[in-house]
Amino acid sequence: MALALKHIVAGVCIACASIGWATAQTAAPTATAAGPLKGEVVKIAWLDPLSGLMAGVGQNQLKSFQFLAEYFNRKNPAGVTFEVIGVDNKLSPQETLNALKSVIDQGVRYVVQGNGSGAAAAIIDGVAKHNERNPGKEVLFVNYAAVDPDLTNSKCSYWHFRVDADTSMKMEALTSYMKDQPDIKKVYLINQNYAHGVQVSKFAKENLARKRPDIQIVGDDLHPLAQVRDFAPYIAKIKASGADTVITGNWGSDLSLLIRAANDAGLNNVKFYTYYGSVTGTPTALGAAAAGRVYQVAYSHYNMGGEIGAVMAEFKKKFNDDMYTGAVFHTYAMLSEGMARAKSTDPVKVAAVMEGMKFKSFNGELEMRKTDHQLQQPLYVSVWQKADAKYPYDPENSGYTFAPVKFYESYVASTPTSCQMKRPS
Amino acid sequence: MEFFTISLLNGVSYGLLLFMLSSGLTLIFSMMGVLNFAHASFYMLGAYLAYSVSEWLGFWPALVLAPLLVGLLGAGFEKFCLRRVHKFGHVPELLITFGLSYILHELVQLVWGRSAVNYQIPPALHGPLFTLYGTQFPAYRGFMMLVAVLMLVAIWGLLTRTRIGLVIQAALTHPEMAESLGHNVPRVFMLVFGGGAALAGLAGVIGGNAFVTEPGMAATVGSVIFVVVVVGGMGSLAGAFLASLLIGCVQTFAVAIDSSLMGAAGALGWQVTPETFGYALWKLKISQVAPILPYLFLVLILIFRPKGLLGTREG
Repeated sequence: MALALKHIVAGVCIACASIGWATAQTAAPTATAAGPLKGEVVKIAWLDPLSGLMAGVGQNQLKSFQFLAEYFNRKNPAGVTFEVIGVDNKLSPQETLNALKSVIDQGVRYVVQGNGSGAAAAIIDGVAKHNERNPGKEVLFVNYAAVDPDLTNSKCSYWHFRVDADTSMKMEALTSYMKDQPDIKKVYLINQNYAHGVQVSKFAKENLARKRPDIQIVGDDLHPLAQVRDFAPYIAKIKASGADTVITGNWGSDLSLLIRAANDAGLNNVKFYTYYGSVTGTPTALGAAAAGRVYQVAYSHYNMGGEIGAVMAEFKKKFNDDMYTGAVFHTYAMLSEGMARAKSTDPVKVAAVMEGMKFKSFNGELEMRKTDHQLQQPLYVSVWQKADAKYPYDPENSGYTFAPVKFYESYVASTPTSCQMKRPS
Repeated sequence: MEFFTISLLNGVSYGLLLFMLSSGLTLIFSMMGVLNFAHASFYMLGAYLAYSVSEWLGFWPALVLAPLLVGLLGAGFEKFCLRRVHKFGHVPELLITFGLSYILHELVQLVWGRSAVNYQIPPALHGPLFTLYGTQFPAYRGFMMLVAVLMLVAIWGLLTRTRIGLVIQAALTHPEMAESLGHNVPRVFMLVFGGGAALAGLAGVIGGNAFVTEPGMAATVGSVIFVVVVVGGMGSLAGAFLASLLIGCVQTFAVAIDSSLMGAAGALGWQVTPETFGYALWKLKISQVAPILPYLFLVLILIFRPKGLLGTREG
């Protein structure tokens, strides 16, 4: 019997290790903030990759969530205490659903996720079904980085709130900038073959045709997500196409390796317009070789200053890592503001308040649009250059930084929605 | 022409890395009849060990030390595990290497973590080797090709031109006879397995910093090297060489081809529109299916030429 038990225990341990549950972590609350809900604990489940090629990105973002939980626990309008539970979803929609089910069983009512629109769609679906079947135990989903426009259009859901700017918004800002660059003549599109990458390619073509019909699209490639090691063949193709500009929505290793291959091949006269130049690993890959020819469109940049600047400096001091996901800050700012106004941590009441709510975050006063739950926020186009006195923050101690070149107000980047939101009656 | 040359260089250098990986596997298979499922794990281990050693002593010592360590580990595994299950036949042998691959995968994650480690190319090999039509060819790729070719020559020389090679060949085909002539056959087996593992380790040292060193690296190459070995012919070193180059080039060139079935149908006068049945399949470009081409190749070879390109065994 004892032997059998030992076998079972060993089996369970092996199973746990292989599923990745061993990596679940919890941030211990420290000090508590003052507010109407003082002392209430809000558990937030974070479901994103902690293994595989994108693990570096996931680990950084989990740290950001834990670090900012501590920050907001000291001071937030609701006075609640946030607690973060991190679970590895292996970047797979199926694993994400398993993880979602398990954290709901643990009594979690708030879920956050960002890496991969496939996984986000799975959560939207899972949460909607759960909420329908379990009144009184509703779960709310804050999407901090999955940017497929479908998630707030055809697939929009009442329980889903997106605090990143979606692909169409970022492309709107990016092409507004590109429109004024007369030296752009031939554009090459290279993207990851899944929801987000396909959308980047689609919106790039649409927007450029509208704003700069003279620009020629000389290539449109889709490659598998987080699989390609050797980008040299793609670089040879870009070179052969005669492109002067590349637009890519790639992130994580897919962007680092692409840029590294471009640098290795000496592709010096081609500009890269990216979405995710500041994500873990990419600043190192960019290095000196990419100075002046890699652009990024985002809702923030490294040298924002102010409160977020201080937070990023503190994060760097503590972890020797860069906190580049500003949407994590948005998440806490929005949730705590919503809870303070709803005077409750119940997702049903908080969701009702957050619809259409205006709140302050590091890039100004933002609005959570009521029709589709897409956050309306200003965007920045920035360029990779040597860090200097004006723009001093150098990610991954690279000596270089993204310096802002253009700021776009919320209305410039705002895009219409076709969302027919079904609200619980 | 320009594009062709560059792509050929890219394809050949990728193919040579594949060869470094699969040569050990095919050696072990041809000599011992063991299909080593943990082979790609030895590749991963080579990369991680090289990373640790290079942090401490630099890249060049790592280039020698890491494969030796992996080889020792392989030899130890043969002596203490594989040899014991050998008498039970092929399936237990296969299963034990399968188990080893899982153990190594988890061990690597425990020791080095789940994310990629920052294993860098040595400064001496930074920069371009030469510039061709305005495209630079990285020095490190040239180094990769050099090591692979040296390795091929060394293995071939060792097996056919030295006394040890003759003993190995004799021990593998006629173990009893070799034993009665006074050679230690189990030790020869251990040597072969350790040598094969060391070759995978060497590929890891070279491939780890050329691409990414992370726990998933074994899984991604694991399937491709089996394709190489099957396509080349089980146990044929020359076949593995040919198949590696072929697959490297096919993958590289496929990325460049933007034609689709839709285009082919259009050329034949039949217009495929989004309303056509199976449009999603018709519009797939060859460049999009490039990653699955090796597996298509595997299936075709198994159907039409089961013994592989240069294999001698009948499938």
